[in-house]
Formats: sequence, structure tokens, C-alpha cells
Amino acid sequence: MLRQTEHLPQPSKASSNDPVIEMRNVSTSFGEHVVHSDINLEIHRAEIFAIIGGSGSGKSTLLREMILLQRPNSGTIRILGIELKDISELDALALRKRWGVMFQHGGLFGALTIKENVGLPLHEHTALSDAQIDDIADAKLNMTGLKPEVADQFPSELSGGMMKRASLARALALEPELLFLDEPTAGLDPVSAAGVDALVMQLRDQFKLTIVMITHDMDMLWQVADRVAVLADGKVQEVGSMQALSQSENPSVKSFFMGHRGQAAMQRNLTPLENIKE
Amino acid sequence: MKNPTFTLDFVTRVGKNTVNMVNQLVDMLSFIGEVAITLGKSVMQPKRIRWRPILFNIRTAGFDALPIVGLLSFLLGVVVAYQGAGQLRQYGANIFVADLIGLSMLREFAPLITAIIVAGRSGSAYAAQIGTMAVTEEIDAMRTLGISPQEMLVVPKLVALIIVLPLLTVFADVLGIFGGMLMASTQLDVGFIEFLDRFVKAVGPTSFLVGVGKAPVFAAIIAIVGCYQGFMTKGGADSVGRQTTRSVVQSIFLVIVADALFSIAFSLLDL
Ligand SMILES: Nc1ncnc2c1ncn2[C@@H]1O[C@H](COP(=O)(O)OP(=O)(O)OP(=O)(O)O)[C@@H](O)[C@H]1O
Ligand SMILES: [Mg+2]
Repeated sequence: MLRQTEHLPQPSKASSNDPVIEMRNVSTSFGEHVVHSDINLEIHRAEIFAIIGGSGSGKSTLLREMILLQRPNSGTIRILGIELKDISELDALALRKRWGVMFQHGGLFGALTIKENVGLPLHEHTALSDAQIDDIADAKLNMTGLKPEVADQFPSELSGGMMKRASLARALALEPELLFLDEPTAGLDPVSAAGVDALVMQLRDQFKLTIVMITHDMDMLWQVADRVAVLADGKVQEVGSMQALSQSENPSVKSFFMGHRGQAAMQRNLTPLENIKE
Repeated sequence: MKNPTFTLDFVTRVGKNTVNMVNQLVDMLSFIGEVAITLGKSVMQPKRIRWRPILFNIRTAGFDALPIVGLLSFLLGVVVAYQGAGQLRQYGANIFVADLIGLSMLREFAPLITAIIVAGRSGSAYAAQIGTMAVTEEIDAMRTLGISPQEMLVVPKLVALIIVLPLLTVFADVLGIFGGMLMASTQLDVGFIEFLDRFVKAVGPTSFLVGVGKAPVFAAIIAIVGCYQGFMTKGGADSVGRQTTRSVVQSIFLVIVADALFSIAFSLLDL
């Protein structure tokens, strides 16, 4: 674990209280189709922030705008104090090294083994030797709960859940201070999903990572999310803890808690903490 | 007009297609610009050149294509000689088969058939590979890892093909002429020695250089169209197939157009 503290980026003192992510009046449309109109969001350091919303409400699009894969039509986005609009290529690269992204379907390179996938960012951006990179890759895979024999397999040989873990391991390779997760538990069995919950909490508690995630997993939302933003009709309807949101009168927020899944999850998670532990 | 909606429909369609085509042209030009910038950067910083994928592409696009390129150009030489033989025999001009084969093979057939085979073999593979990577979020992942997809995927293919296509063309030249020579000796009683004697006199080095000189341009067309169509892939797996087909049709089309432009240019230059 020594290596990890060594590489951990130090938050600059001046900005430690500024929001890690700040979106102001962000609007996006594809042709006629308006996806976002005037989105405002602030995400703070060492926070686990979740974005929820119906299918097609623009969650992935919002995430893609944060990670420089897409540009909004208007509005400003600042990440780690850097404005994304007219960012230079050099600044963009510096920023990309400070965050990790886990894609919805993994986004692992099919031509590389799992270990090579995890080692790739290190090969590209550090001067570490092959042996050191191998060690780090093994450590990351271990951290995300993958067995050592998986390391030399190719992504096509893995199950969906294993791919997600491998993708997470790769996202963590460069010791990022910011982590983006698109549907980290979708398609996982309940035990693995609980494992991901625990891992996310651990990353935040141990390494002070800021985590932004998209998820439909009600249990995960109750368990790990500090704050949740509800996206609907192109707007952020409400931001708050799950507790606060469950009391909301806003119809698009309410609909999330009304279905029997939402109800069941709420029942499960509103019981005292001691019961959940087991 | 009997059916006003039909004409309106037609006009709308023409309009839409025109706009689409112009948009695609603009996209393609900006893609070429990006590739040129990346290529320029790689040349300025040779450390950034990715040799492994270049060597890999040289093998798959070049070495592995030798049998098919060789066989087809050999057959082409045979066919051209056979077709010419009947005409030449009538005039007792048998020996001119060397001119016919030499000029047509070196100048036109060898570069063209090589480019068309490579477009079908490698251009489509480029589109399919990059298209699949786009669908599986691998391209996005590459960008977020701070690796330029241009540098990793496009430049090595472009460089490899520019190296390899002229070499394949030379190979096609040799096999095509060999095919013609074989036909000349069986159909026209022109022996190998006689044939080569005449060949050296009739076909100058310009013809050879004109043919091989076109190959790098064809290579650039094939690599850029293949990669561009790959990057244009959106949505699901069926889109990969569509873009792949489109890349082959477009690159063969553009190769033939470029060849025609070369012919005009060369005839203006008296080459
Ligand atoms: N490149 C694009 N071109 C055109 N429309 C797009 C594009 N990307 C997204 N959209 C549209 O934007 C809307 C939001 O898409 P997005 O992928 O952000 O939804 P989402 O909230 O992530 O949904 P899901 O929960 O199903 O993943 C959708 O209606 C989609 O059709
Ligand atoms: Mg999505």
C-alpha cells in the first residue's frame, strides 16, 4: 500500500474547498432534441455523488461532457478548477491523468489482456519499468476483487461483472483523485454489487477520492451516495441525500420512490444501520 | 404533375442527400487535417511513433497479401496477353506483345489491381476494427486515458500502407509480366529471351516509376477512407457492417478517380 500513498495526488491548498466539479447553465441539444437546458451542479471533494434519471434523460451525456468526450452547446464546466471550454491539449492531458473513468460496458481493449489493459495508462504516462507496472496492475486487480488468473485473459473471455471490475482497476491505475462510474453495478449479482458498494466507500474513505456515478441501483444509492441529483426534463430537479429526496414533493423525484422496487429498497435501507451490516 | 407529393418527395430527398454529402466531405476534410497534424507531430517527435503497430500492419496488409496480389496480377497478365495475342497475330506483330504487357501492366493494371485488393482486404479491416472499437466504447476509453486514437490507430496504418503498397505493386508488376511472358511463349511463339529483349527496349523506367509512384497516393486514400468510416460508426453492431461496406466502395471509387486524374496529369506532362 506504500506505493499508493506515494502516488496519491496532493490536493492543492488553495482549492481544497472549491467544488471539484462545477457546472453552470449547461445546455445540450442534438439537432432539435434538447437534452439539457440550464443544468447547474456542484460536486465537492471526497463526495460520492450520484446522478439518477430515466432512460434518455441525458445522464451519460452529462458524464461525457465532464470527461471531455463531448461539448455542451452553452454553459461552463469547471473540473478541478480548470475550465473545459477552451482547454488546451496539454491541460486536457494533465486533467485526464487526474481522473479515472469506468465505462458502462467496460471499454476494455479487446486486443490486450486484462493486465495489459490495466497497465496501459502506466505505460503511456509514467516512466515505470515493466516489472513495476506489472506489480501495480496486479495490485489494482486484487483491489477490485479479481482473481490472479484473470490477469492473462482477454476481455472477451470475461463475464460482464468481471469486465466492470477490470475496467475499474484500469480507471484506478494512475491513482486518480476523481472517479467517474457509469452504471457500476448494472448486471452484477447481488454479492458482487455489494462488493462494489464497499469498494466505492473504501476508495472515498481511504484515498479521499471524489466519485461521480450514474446508477439505477436503489440499494447502492441508499448505501453509498452522499448526495443524489435527479435529472428529468432536461433539468436537475433536485439535489440532496436519499433521505431528503424520499420526502420530496417534486413529482419526477417522487416517481423514483413510488415503484415497488423503490419502496422495497427504502424499507430495507431505512432500518437501523446495525441490521444492514449483516 | 400528376403526383405533386412524389416530386416534392424527390426534391426533398435530393436536397437532403446533397446536404449529407457536403457534410460528409467537410467531415472527411477535417479528419484528413487531424491526421496530417498527428502525422506531423509524430515526425517532429520520432519517439511518439508507434513502431509495433506499424510493423504489425506491414505484415497483415503487405506480407499476408502477397499470395492474392501475386495470383491475381499473374492472371491479369495472362488474360491481357491472351486477348492481345489474336489481334497481334493478324498483323504478324507478335513481338509487340512485350510492349502491350509491359506498358499496360506497369502503368495501369498492377497499381490498380493491387490497390483494389488492398482496399478490399485492409481498408475494410481498418473500418471494421475501428468501428468495433467505437461501438464497444474503446475509442472513448482511449481518449479518456489520454491516448490519441489518431496516433494509436490511424497513423500506424497510414504509414504502414504507404510503405507497403508500392512494394506490393512492384511484386504485382513482376508477376503480371511473368504471366504475359508465359502466354507470349505459348500463344505467340515469343520466347522469354526475345520477350525480355523487346521489353527492355520498349518500356522505359518512366513507365515503371509512373506506376509505382501512384501507389503511395492510393495507399493514403485507402487508409484514410477506411479509418474515417470506422470512426463514423455509431450505434450497434449492424452499423459496423454498413461502414465497412461503405469504406470499400468509397475507397475503390476514389482510387479509380485518382487514377484517372493521374492519367490526365501524366499525359499533360508527356510522361
Ligand atoms: N450522439 C448523439 N446524437 C444524437 N442524439 C443523442 C446522442 N447521444 C445521446 N443522444 C440523445 O440524448 C438523449 C440522452 O441520452 P443519454 O445517453 O445521455 O441518456 P441516459 O440518461 O444515459 O440514458 P440511459 O439510462 O438509457 O443510459 C437520448 O434521447 C439520446 O437519444
Ligand atoms: Mg447512459
